[in-house]
Amino acid sequence: MYKLEKRPNPSNLWAYLTPFLALIATMIAGGIMFWMLGKPPVDAIRTIFWDPLFNEQFAAYSRPQLLVKAAPLILIAIGLSIGFKAGVWNIGAEGQYVIGALCGAAVALAAYPLEAWWIFPAMVTAGAVGGFIWAMIPAILKIKLGTNEILVSLMLVYVALELLSSMSVGVLRNPDGNGFPGSRNLQQYASAHNAEIWQGSSVHWGVVAAFSAVVLAYVLMSKHRLGFQIKLAGAAPKAARFAGVNPHVITAVCLGISGALAGMAGMFEVAGPAGQVSIDFASGYGFTAIIVAFLGRLNPWGILAAGLLMSLTYIGGELAQFIIGLPASAISAFQGMLLFFLLAGELLVNYRIRRAAPRTVKEAV
Amino acid sequence: MDWSAINPAFYVASVMVAATPLLLAAIGELVVEKTGVLNLGVEGMMIIGAVCGFITAVETGSPSLGFVGGALGGAALSVVFAVLTQFFLTSQVPTGLALTLFGLGASAMVGQSYVGIVPPKMPQLMSGADLNAFERIVLGHDAMLYIGLAIPVAVWAVLRFSRLGLILRAVGEDHNAAHALGYKVMWIRFGAIVFGGACAGLGGAYLSLVRVPQWTEGMTTGAGWIALALVVFASWRPLLIILGAYIFGGIAILQLNLQAAGSTIPVEYLSMSPYVITIFVLVLLSALHKYGISRAQAPAMLGRSFHASN
Repeated sequence: MYKLEKRPNPSNLWAYLTPFLALIATMIAGGIMFWMLGKPPVDAIRTIFWDPLFNEQFAAYSRPQLLVKAAPLILIAIGLSIGFKAGVWNIGAEGQYVIGALCGAAVALAAYPLEAWWIFPAMVTAGAVGGFIWAMIPAILKIKLGTNEILVSLMLVYVALELLSSMSVGVLRNPDGNGFPGSRNLQQYASAHNAEIWQGSSVHWGVVAAFSAVVLAYVLMSKHRLGFQIKLAGAAPKAARFAGVNPHVITAVCLGISGALAGMAGMFEVAGPAGQVSIDFASGYGFTAIIVAFLGRLNPWGILAAGLLMSLTYIGGELAQFIIGLPASAISAFQGMLLFFLLAGELLVNYRIRRAAPRTVKEAV
Repeated sequence: MDWSAINPAFYVASVMVAATPLLLAAIGELVVEKTGVLNLGVEGMMIIGAVCGFITAVETGSPSLGFVGGALGGAALSVVFAVLTQFFLTSQVPTGLALTLFGLGASAMVGQSYVGIVPPKMPQLMSGADLNAFERIVLGHDAMLYIGLAIPVAVWAVLRFSRLGLILRAVGEDHNAAHALGYKVMWIRFGAIVFGGACAGLGGAYLSLVRVPQWTEGMTTGAGWIALALVVFASWRPLLIILGAYIFGGIAILQLNLQAAGSTIPVEYLSMSPYVITIFVLVLLSALHKYGISRAQAPAMLGRSFHASN
């Protein structure tokens, strides 16, 4: 018989290994899933993970896309990971992302057609403030009344999505758009366009922000006192309180940071790759970022790698749709599966499997 | 706008239909939470139930078998949650989220060739255009709606009067004591989780077979999360789930009727009202708890993993 025994300390080795094991397990299980859909499993996996990077025909297009799709995922996941460390469950990042995009775009559309250097910084600020305020709703309710932040932040996603469709057919609609829903295209408005910084690099300001967020989060969590307090509040809430950590402050900080980052991500998206506020603007980055945060083991550098990997599955998934006709939704099932295996792998980090000695008579008595 | 466009008997009857998916999902989750497990995957189990129920009903031509398929689908997904949280000791919040994310993706994948099909109709006790108000409200429904009303009553009776109910509650209030008494905490929770999954699956199937009735991607639109809020609203009391579900169903139907009757409030703001009202209800309840007007009844072990050290 085998039994589980709790490790005195979480295993570092397994902490590094489990994401890779989970990825391999997902490829196998995903392959089986694709096979059941009647698609060639090996081809599907290769199209998702290999072709976007190395296929001669597609790589030139898809390699730069990697950063474009990874940037919002990383930016949102960094914010979420800080909260998850503290046991503050903001799962409404999708809503904060949408509100950030609406606020950022609103600033640009209000200033249109003025060309000025301050418009883009103002949009970034508006996006961050929008996401921050949207996240402060669950934060304040949690602090003042103890309302569950999971349910409130999630309900606010649906509210934000309704606001999005209201805005794209109402206040923010393009007045020269012949009545079609959707705002003006910000890509055609130089002061507001989140364009490539270097020609052909596909690095836009969102990518820069994502990398900066990784570094800042690393400094915050590893070098700064507040980071220590956040981790302490999550690992041992009672000890944290004795050490003088105010749990209300932690809740507000965690939700505030994640909301502001998600809002910024939405703003960079609407001013860049998406270009306009439209009914179908929300693409689920806020939810996928939850997987990214866990895949990166809530560590900033890990999230950087995880964001790139998850972005690869998005691009590979699109390729697989195009080449072998894999349904678009297969990729989100695949991503959900990855999270299952990651969570299961956590067992090896915290527990070890021991062979239980056969019980002797003496013991049994 | 034209209030006379809203017929009271039709209104009440459709509220009952709208409330049933919420009621089924919420009563399942209540049992799960009573044993100390928080499964945030209700939305995922519901939508898997919706698609499995829909496919079974379309392929077999029998809506009753559709409900069986929906319940099995929801239960199958909940087994994943049960194995992960009970044997792999994963934390319940992210595992539940994973369930929802996976369920939304998998259901869209499985159901893509079923979009736009009309499912076989569930027979009603009495139907027709010439029913009077009493017949329409009390008798004009399908069997599942009555079963949905019976389940909370049965759950209430089991939790309150039976030995099984006592064991379930013991596990949820103090798993160490229950373990010391010799109860298999993991397996009791496993069973409760699967029951919750089956109920959520039934709720989903009701959505795709009766309430809408059609299959579309992401058709649960947060119903699973509202069911989670309903458990809090009902303070973990089974009979209050019925009341809560009918109130939420009433709001959902009212806003649809207002849209149809040409209200001056924009459609988007009406559509967001169920979510906004859910938030208000949660806020109101936590305010009541905070100022000691009513007590929170959450099971003591809610959300905590159990690992027997010997």
